[in-house]
Amino acid sequence: MKRLLVLGGGTAGTMVVNKLRPRLPRDDWKITIVDTDNVHYYQPGFLFIPFGIYRPDEVVRPRKRFLPSGVDLLLGAVDRVLPDENRVLLADGKDLPYDYLVIASGTAPHPEETPGMQDEEWRQSVHEFYTLEGATALAEKLQSWEGGRLVVHIVEMPIKCPVAPLEFTFLADAFFTEQGMRDRVEITYVTPLDGAFTKPVASKYLGNMLADRKIVLESDFMIESVDPERRVLVSYDEREIPFDLLVTVPLNKGADFIGRSGLGDELNYVPVDKETLLSKRYDNIFAVGDAADIPTSKAGSVAHFEMDLFPDNFLRHIHGLQMTQKFDGHANCFIETGHGKGLLIDFNYEVEPLPGKFPLPGIGPFSLLKETEMNHWGKVLFRWMYWNVLLPGKELPLPALLSMAGKDTEDLP
Amino acid sequence: MPVTTINGRGIHVDDEGFLTVYDEWDEDLGKALAAQIGIDMTDAHWKVIRFLREDFATQFETATTRRVETVGGVPTKEQFKLFPKKPQKKMAYIAGLPKPRGCV
Ligand SMILES: Cc1cc2nc3c(=O)[nH]c(=O)nc-3n(C[C@H](O)[C@H](O)[C@H](O)COP(=O)(O)OP(=O)(O)OC[C@H]3O[C@@H](n4cnc5c(N)ncnc54)[C@H](O)[C@@H]3O)c2cc1C
Repeated sequence: MKRLLVLGGGTAGTMVVNKLRPRLPRDDWKITIVDTDNVHYYQPGFLFIPFGIYRPDEVVRPRKRFLPSGVDLLLGAVDRVLPDENRVLLADGKDLPYDYLVIASGTAPHPEETPGMQDEEWRQSVHEFYTLEGATALAEKLQSWEGGRLVVHIVEMPIKCPVAPLEFTFLADAFFTEQGMRDRVEITYVTPLDGAFTKPVASKYLGNMLADRKIVLESDFMIESVDPERRVLVSYDEREIPFDLLVTVPLNKGADFIGRSGLGDELNYVPVDKETLLSKRYDNIFAVGDAADIPTSKAGSVAHFEMDLFPDNFLRHIHGLQMTQKFDGHANCFIETGHGKGLLIDFNYEVEPLPGKFPLPGIGPFSLLKETEMNHWGKVLFRWMYWNVLLPGKELPLPALLSMAGKDTEDLP
Repeated sequence: MPVTTINGRGIHVDDEGFLTVYDEWDEDLGKALAAQIGIDMTDAHWKVIRFLREDFATQFETATTRRVETVGGVPTKEQFKLFPKKPQKKMAYIAGLPKPRGCV
């Protein structure tokens, strides 16, 4: 009996077992998936909780519900991988041997890495929305907040869903406008990047959207510490940004066990071949989703596109054949912009987000890099699709690899 | 791909002046590049630049500020002192390496 062990039962790990179980004969392959608990979070929903658009119970489901029969869910925290012995140790002492290992342990916020962030102002005037607990605390805060200086902030790249802090900013602008208090709120967007976003065309477009909403952009800001007493952010080059309410995206890091196992880079991401997701060092270890170090966005959509190619590659690899499917880094993100509108971006390792129509050239129904109501509905529908189509590993009528059809290239240099 | 002349030598650079050919670089050139952005190279500067060069040779990617701190052993604060304002870009520029990829 061969053993496939999957570490992490989130977006990517769940899709892996749903895709592979039907293709690995049950008499030959035992599949086990490990996670700390039985709660699956719909993380994109965290964005809406602070504004009362979603309730906390709308973004959680039991993990088990999304796992097929013939897959064992083992609850426990991974303590370390012993890659030279093909074994995984759990914190409770369990010892799990494997033939093939898929690391799908994602990335998580680490506020304790920034001095001062988690001190006395944590969850008082210093908030985050990358955990359900944080998003819920922020919802409570916003209900009674009377206005002042709101600072939305990213500690360091990469973060999962790199557009989420921009979306938060647009939604906050809309929220305060609807509450009739926008004139009492000063909004500043603080980023370590040199503009609103990473890629030039989208960065310019999104930068203009910030300016239109009278949101101040503070770029190239590398934070050194939060001073909770004076309520200021301090950068390495000694700039200071005062706040009354800070909404930060703390440093994102891969799971600690990856570092302890000697499998990670300086942020605990697993170095893999960016086309096949196979570890650069171990021939029987893959890393999928946010846990991998590939140079594209850390996003559920990326995990989804990976999963259109990964199963074929995995099957070829275990049979000693060359992997033929090459992942191109395809990412596709809806960006909420407030007042019932949204934006869509579509890009990969090589092609930056461009304007146009998606998925059908000239028709859409979604518009790229343009605010429309249809894009907003795409995002709303996404939650249903996530639970019912994506996690179970069903096919979506979207191409896994990026297509240039429908994209306008005239803005390119 | 533009070619520019520094120290009487033709070298390949991108639109922003970052070298594109790893082997066209040597320490003399690094010194000249540093001078162009107003940096006078000391031993402390060279420690960082040499780390970046060696790291690139195995990783094929320009080390981030965080990597220079955790792997190269030079604290971020010091990188800001040595290469004021935009250490990541300045270090890459002097070391003749690609601009650190904008994280996506
Ligand atoms: C606020 C927010 C908004 C987002 N919006 C979008 C969006 O609009 N579109 C989009 O595509 N993506 C979005 N994302 C990103 C998306 O949620 C993630 O990219 C996606 O969930 C990644 O899947 P994953 O399986 O790699 O990681 P996860 O889904 O995070 O799963 C990792 C799993 O590993 C488990 N784990 C970690 N360490 C251990 C351990 N030691 N032992 C056992 N188990 C462990 C965790 O419990 C977790 O269940 C958003 C994320 C956030 C936070």
